[in-house]
Amino acid sequence: MIHFVLLISRQGKVRLTKWYSAYSQKERTKVIRELSGLILTRGPKLCNFVEWRGLRVVYKRYASLYFCMCIDEDDNELEILEIIHHYVEVLDRYFGSVCELDLIYNFHKAYFILDELLIAGELQEPSKRTVARLVAAQDSLVETAKEQTSSITNIIAQAANTASL
Amino acid sequence: MNPFSSGTRLRDMIRAIRSCKTAAEERAVVRKECAAIRAAISENDQDYRHRNLAKLMFIHMLGYPTHFGQMECLKLIASSGFPEKRIGYLGLMLLLDERQEVLMLVTNSLKQDLNHSNQYIIGLALCALGNICSAEMARDLAPEVERLLQFRDPNIRKKAALCSIRIIKKVPDLAENFINPAASLLREKHHGVLITGIQLCTDLCKVSSEALEYFREKCTEGLVKTLKDMANSPYAPEYDIAGITDPFLHIRLLKLLRILGQGDADASDCMNDILAQVATKIESNKNAGNAILYECVGTIMSIEDNGGLRVLAINILGRFLSNRDNNIRYVALNMLMKAITVDAQAVQRHRATILECVKDSDASIRKKALDLVYLLVNESNVKPLTKELIEYLEASDQEFKGVLTAKICSLVEKFSPEKIWYIDQMLKVLSEAGNFVKDEVWHALIVVISNASDLHGYSVRALYRAFQTSAEQETLVRVAVWCIGEYGDMLVNNVGMLDIEEPITVTESDAVDALEVSIKRHNSDLTTKAMALIALLKLSSRFPSCSERIKDIILQNKRSFVLELQQRSIEFNCILQKHQNIRSALVERMPVLDEATFSGRRAGSLPTSVSTSTGTARNLPNGIAKPAAAPVADLLDLSSDDAPAPSSSGGDFLQDLLGVDLSPASAPPGTSQPPKAGTDVLLDLLSIGTSPPAQSSSPASNILSSIQDDKASLANLNGLASLTSLSPNATSASPAPMMDLLDGFGPSPQKKEENGPAYPSLVAYESSTLRMTFNISKQPGNPQTTLIQAIFTNLSPNVYNDFLFQAAVPKFLQLHLDPASSNTLPASGNGSITQSMKVTNSQHGKKSLVMRIRIAYKINNKDVLEEGQVSNFPRDL
Repeated sequence: MIHFVLLISRQGKVRLTKWYSAYSQKERTKVIRELSGLILTRGPKLCNFVEWRGLRVVYKRYASLYFCMCIDEDDNELEILEIIHHYVEVLDRYFGSVCELDLIYNFHKAYFILDELLIAGELQEPSKRTVARLVAAQDSLVETAKEQTSSITNIIAQAANTASL
Repeated sequence: MNPFSSGTRLRDMIRAIRSCKTAAEERAVVRKECAAIRAAISENDQDYRHRNLAKLMFIHMLGYPTHFGQMECLKLIASSGFPEKRIGYLGLMLLLDERQEVLMLVTNSLKQDLNHSNQYIIGLALCALGNICSAEMARDLAPEVERLLQFRDPNIRKKAALCSIRIIKKVPDLAENFINPAASLLREKHHGVLITGIQLCTDLCKVSSEALEYFREKCTEGLVKTLKDMANSPYAPEYDIAGITDPFLHIRLLKLLRILGQGDADASDCMNDILAQVATKIESNKNAGNAILYECVGTIMSIEDNGGLRVLAINILGRFLSNRDNNIRYVALNMLMKAITVDAQAVQRHRATILECVKDSDASIRKKALDLVYLLVNESNVKPLTKELIEYLEASDQEFKGVLTAKICSLVEKFSPEKIWYIDQMLKVLSEAGNFVKDEVWHALIVVISNASDLHGYSVRALYRAFQTSAEQETLVRVAVWCIGEYGDMLVNNVGMLDIEEPITVTESDAVDALEVSIKRHNSDLTTKAMALIALLKLSSRFPSCSERIKDIILQNKRSFVLELQQRSIEFNCILQKHQNIRSALVERMPVLDEATFSGRRAGSLPTSVSTSTGTARNLPNGIAKPAAAPVADLLDLSSDDAPAPSSSGGDFLQDLLGVDLSPASAPPGTSQPPKAGTDVLLDLLSIGTSPPAQSSSPASNILSSIQDDKASLANLNGLASLTSLSPNATSASPAPMMDLLDGFGPSPQKKEENGPAYPSLVAYESSTLRMTFNISKQPGNPQTTLIQAIFTNLSPNVYNDFLFQAAVPKFLQLHLDPASSNTLPASGNGSITQSMKVTNSQHGKKSLVMRIRIAYKINNKDVLEEGQVSNFPRDL
């Protein structure tokens, strides 16, 4: 299973963290620090796997971002690379040629998409189209709710205005 | 409404934080935002709750504390709207971890949401549950999840399946409830449901043998058929990756088949054909295809034997191994490590390629390859493989040298066909990477050399040669120094020349030169220098012609700032000048070191023995309680008796004399400091082989009486006595390592941890007048608490009255002291006082016990006070 997912920028800034195994907040900070030291320093042509505390971290760099997933010893590292790429493609489709800034300002969206892709550290959906459809459906639910509230506030505001007149 | 709470939008906050130029600026912005959010929370502001939580999540990612927002998540989850719930659940997963109590409060909301009419809200709840649920929540909500496995929308069924995985991992007892619904998921057509269903079955098999049996019987054929359909399926754009339809599904199917086939010939038989098809048909030019092949090889290796398939699999690995892509080579090495238990012969065929990988530029691959080589070595190929590795040692980069040396040393020790080869290889390693070698490795080398009596001359000459070229390798120098001290005469006289050796001319003064160099080299450490001093003392009788020069060198250390060297220098000088008659007996060659004892000790734990006595000695205020005569006792014993000690007790004496503490004297008094392993073992090296005294109390009292008999010589040595009393003394150290040696044979304490472990009793404190032994035990099921029974024995000829033992411990320990059995301690060990205590270690597993003690008593109405520190407790108390 995937124990956690990390997105770290080339400067070592954390862009996304998702923990599927129990790590206390303190351990999380430590893990992030340790791994960014380990991964960011590796050269470009080396393999995408690092052994770490009896587990294995699979990472892949896309532009300025490192996508890291930590897995068990007997998991399939090559498949994890595919899962990372799968996630990146879904992000790309959602944001339209995604860049780091998208993930900073819309970090919650990145999480929502990840939640449609992985649960309990396992892959949930192999179809990019399905993931995109589910996220879009939920986004539109949010939009509708927003419109409703704003229209209600408008009505209240208008009512208040007429009353005061 | 609070003026702050409406404040900035999320986007504005992120922009503000990003525009900060310094960390201090960023902290200021975050502080301001946090203050506003706190204010909004305390006002129970509803309108901006989800915006505030989103901000908190961003702040959390930057690494600031956000615990105050946890309750906000629960409130958002409990609200009715989808947007609020969505952010609330996200916050729950991000800000909380499963160990937090707050999480329990959310169980009820989760239950409601799992029964919600809106399927997206059900989805949110399932996702949160699957990612962070605790065992209690799993138990409470399992029925809901189980029901959702049959929900009408497939997107909920797949979420429920993954959620079930988390539940059965947390509470394996619940597994049987999920077997049937999981089996029905295997018949689904929707890929998401199928993938998650297969994954659920895989995890069920791992936690329940019942599930494994069920799936093996009912589902193997179905799964084989699914895989077959998948492998033969036409192009499906939705799931296509690099020309393969849904590699994720392929991989999961192969993984489950592996578990079903393992240990079952029928199931294995059933999947042979399709595995062969996958292994031959899948294209290996893209990562996705290789991932499937890799998984397929793993499955072939794990299921019951089918010769043809295995050959196919090993061939695929061979192809992987020669691939240019580092990732592929890495997984090939990884899989070969597993294959080695199945078919070692086939793996051996790739030995040359694997050796090449040890020299790869990629650290991950190097390490993996080295692990694999380590597994490949056997009696027949150890020589060429070791040769390769040692050659590579020269070229490898610094950080890899440590791992590499450790592996080489371990190989050489494990498979060495003959002693001379062992010695040769170790010499090469020590000369190349001596600074990376662990202490036990060079200790073992000394033991081996000592045991190879026909190779003494050869070893010392080889070491001497290596020393000339690689004097910067600390451990090489130590072994060389030890051997020159012991076998210096063989070095000079070319005793025991082997045919393969080139003759070498070394004069006595050359040998002394070598020792002098190692003492004077500024980067030699204390252990090396101290060993060199001993070696010089030994040579003083072997090389009479150099004895004046040796004396000079020894004397040069009289003013050493390091107490240990100073003491040695003075003591040795004393031996050289005043005790010619005993010197030759004193510096006799060491008896052969006992290999069995040494390896036994290494296998056992490493109880720390020496530090007690030194610790106590350091804490003693000078001159109080500790009779100054004690340190001289040994010397005195010999000098006052006209008859020289017989050679066996000579060894004993030697050990007393040399077994002084080597830990840096600069350590502040009172700090408990773990003794350096080197010291410990050095001591043992020196003491092994001499018959341990049955009880050390008798010699000690004998010595004391002889002191009283001969006051004159005591006075003679007063100067020496006052010096030695400043420092750790040799006498008190001796019994501890003896006990230690014997204890080394006991089973290792880790095994005993389970049920009320028994620990070897330890001498916690010992002076010339008093010994305190601890019998340690544990209550079963309460690892934090240690029961200690202290036994006090009087080593002096006087009765102690008003005996009072006090102990103090650091804050992380709690000490409960029971009353003592008596307050009078009879003389000369004719009885003892026992006292029980209970120590609770709140940092169990992190810190070990340590204790400061004070013992007060009266001899003939005169108050005596002894103090000390006990730091030699077994580590895992």
